[in-house]
Amino acid sequence: MRRLSEDRTKVLFEKLAKYIGPNIKQLIERPDGIYCFREQKNRVYYVSENILKFANTMPADNIISLGTCFGKFTKTGKFKLHITALNYIAPYAQCKIWLKSSAEQQFLYGNNVTKAGLGRISENCEKYQGALVYSMSDLPLGFGVAARSTAECKMVDPLTVVCFHQSDIGEYIRSEDDLL
Amino acid sequence: MGRKAKFNEGEIVKKGPGKKAKKQKDPVLPKSLKAPEDSLKQLSSRQKKRVKKREEKKVELLKKRQENRKNKKKESDEKIPPPPQQDSSEEDFSEDEEMASEDDNVKVDNLNDLSDSEENHSDDSYSDEDDLLPIEKENIKLKKKQALEEKEAEAEMQLNIANQESFKFPTKESEEEVKSLQDVQQRIREIIAVLSEFSKLRDAEHSRSEYIDLLKEDLCTYYSYNDFLMEKLMQLFPLSELLEYLEASEVQRPLTIRTNSLKTRRRDLAQALINRGVNLDPIGKWSKVGLVVYSSQVPVGATPEYLGGHYIIQGASSFLPVMALAPQENERILDMSSAPGGKASHIAALMKNTGVLFANDSNKDRTKAIVGNFHRLGVVNSVITCMDGRNIPKLMKVFFDRVLLDAPCTGTGVVAKDNSVKTSKNEIDIQRCYNLQRQLLLAAIDSVNAKSPTGGYIVYSTCSVLLEENEWVIDFALKKRNVKLVDTGLGFGTEGFTKYRHLRLHPTLNLTRRFYPHEHNMDGFFVAKLKKFSNVIPTSDTSDIAEEVEEEIEEAHEISLDETVGETKSTKVEKAKKKASLNGFKAKGVNGQRQFNKKIEDQEEPSKISWEDVPKKTSVKLGKKLKTVSKKKKIGSLKSNKPDKKHLKHKNVKLVKRHNK
Repeated sequence: MRRLSEDRTKVLFEKLAKYIGPNIKQLIERPDGIYCFREQKNRVYYVSENILKFANTMPADNIISLGTCFGKFTKTGKFKLHITALNYIAPYAQCKIWLKSSAEQQFLYGNNVTKAGLGRISENCEKYQGALVYSMSDLPLGFGVAARSTAECKMVDPLTVVCFHQSDIGEYIRSEDDLL
Repeated sequence: MGRKAKFNEGEIVKKGPGKKAKKQKDPVLPKSLKAPEDSLKQLSSRQKKRVKKREEKKVELLKKRQENRKNKKKESDEKIPPPPQQDSSEEDFSEDEEMASEDDNVKVDNLNDLSDSEENHSDDSYSDEDDLLPIEKENIKLKKKQALEEKEAEAEMQLNIANQESFKFPTKESEEEVKSLQDVQQRIREIIAVLSEFSKLRDAEHSRSEYIDLLKEDLCTYYSYNDFLMEKLMQLFPLSELLEYLEASEVQRPLTIRTNSLKTRRRDLAQALINRGVNLDPIGKWSKVGLVVYSSQVPVGATPEYLGGHYIIQGASSFLPVMALAPQENERILDMSSAPGGKASHIAALMKNTGVLFANDSNKDRTKAIVGNFHRLGVVNSVITCMDGRNIPKLMKVFFDRVLLDAPCTGTGVVAKDNSVKTSKNEIDIQRCYNLQRQLLLAAIDSVNAKSPTGGYIVYSTCSVLLEENEWVIDFALKKRNVKLVDTGLGFGTEGFTKYRHLRLHPTLNLTRRFYPHEHNMDGFFVAKLKKFSNVIPTSDTSDIAEEVEEEIEEAHEISLDETVGETKSTKVEKAKKKASLNGFKAKGVNGQRQFNKKIEDQEEPSKISWEDVPKKTSVKLGKKLKTVSKKKKIGSLKSNKPDKKHLKHKNVKLVKRHNK
């Protein structure tokens, strides 16, 4: 369990900024205590300082996970955001996409979102911005990258991809073994 | 290429009906099989006689009736003309036929009279009630028939009862016959009936134990348990309850889900699921988060709500230990063997994601399930660890406010989920289980802080119904540590055993709770709540010695398991036993009652295992894996053993000296 290096912190925050923009501040300065990012075996965990204090009594080898896992650093030094981070980034998302109930299942199996399945989209979404995907009943389903800006979305034909799939909650079943 | 031109269209002529339209001819039967057509007309000599008699009776009846009518007409001329003769004759005929078919010729005369009188009576009533509709006549006929049938049924019943009373103990020869399952079931019922009123219904030649052995055998074949487990269950339940339990264990318990109160409320979740075509109901008054799923059009384990972490599939019995634990906010809680994280996430939900929750499991593969479930359900106050639970107090002694130990067990309470338990468990498995459970429970107790302002509680639970894994383990902990049993606060469930065969357990064990499939409609389960009242671990010289002796005996057993030569192992075990008893007597003066208990335990365990009795084959059967494990242990124990033994001898000498003084 160790602190993130300067470089890695920068990479991580750049990634998070794509999805939640300036709301990163909310993650670091919280009213209910001090939270911090910690790294173990290239995985990044977001955890309360209080819990971290207790966890330090355990040998690091025995700790499988603590707090919430945000993602991992790949061998090339990039940061990959995991579905497990959804709980924290969903409330602060900037660009939101709502799916029709017919398209929900498709997305949960790992497919991109087409215009036909698009229920609603928040305004002023930019192209290639990180987007959070919701069901019509406001249940966060996953996240991806907006393939078109909001303005473009209105023009395109129904089969065009609107949002590239990155991660969805179906992974809890599909790939439980390599969630971390 | 293009399309193929059909030049000869319309010219194709169908040849015959085609292959598939071929019809099979009627089969030709050999003459010997053909039933002779006129066989129906040929009557046996008896039948002929009967027909003759019937005809004779008819004639007689007609005569009598005519006479009767003449008499009546004379009496009252105003009466309505007699009923159509056809009807009455028909009635007679059917009646007579029945009689004739039932009885032999001897009684015929008598019966004739009877029917005559009946006829007369009906005629009288007829004349009284004016004309009856044909339907009403039919009704009268039907009623008669029904009365007759009832009589017959009653007679049959009595015959059956008579049969039951005379249940005969099967001889050896009759035992060897292959029996159908229904026969076995019938016999089980009969034996239980006999056993319930033994002095009255018993067979004088056979003792109760013989009856019980027979019953056990039958139950084993009918429910496909192995002898060992069935014997345990028979010792556990009274006979009447045993059948219910076995029957209930065959059926799966209903599918239940737990609402994740971190993300949603039960009402909202129920609404969302009903919209998806799931048929559900609240689980009962005792839980505010449970739902029972009766039927579903979608897979309950893959709905978007499930993936979103609004609920988790969890057995009803799994709610109980967490409710007994009653976790509070801002506490430090440990779940010792938590995979797959159902109970642990329930704890986190009750803590509302505050404080710290340590979720431990010794199996690394299974911890992945905890990770998945915790992230899905949004549990953020957790540390998921993978280590042997017995090592936890070494790292975090007297640290936690509450500990939940859902101990690994043989799973005899969840037979419906895993049928293999019925046949795969034996004495050794159970012994291994409860040894581990005892160690884990002691570790759990050691890691709890008795001085915690809110807690100091340990909840122990298993999904087994056997006493060895439940009350006995608790009893052991009560002796070894400064803990007491407290009420679980569940409000239902049957009380734990305080007396069981030869065992007299701690009287407060009635505060523990047992749950059975046939009584509470959940899996077989056991919950006990302990409160630690002092952080001091009670130790005395004597108990130390007893522990060491115990270990020695176990080691001796392990060694003997490896060796194929019978002599050495038996001698070693005996040596160890002797030592144990010797020490027990020597130490008696120091702490009499306690030591006495220990001694009993020491003696009990080896006698229960009875390694000497285990044939050599089984030790071979146990397989390489076990051998290697025990070898490792053996090496370790041998290394560590030497100083221990010296220590022991030293102590013994000391004790003897003290005793002499």
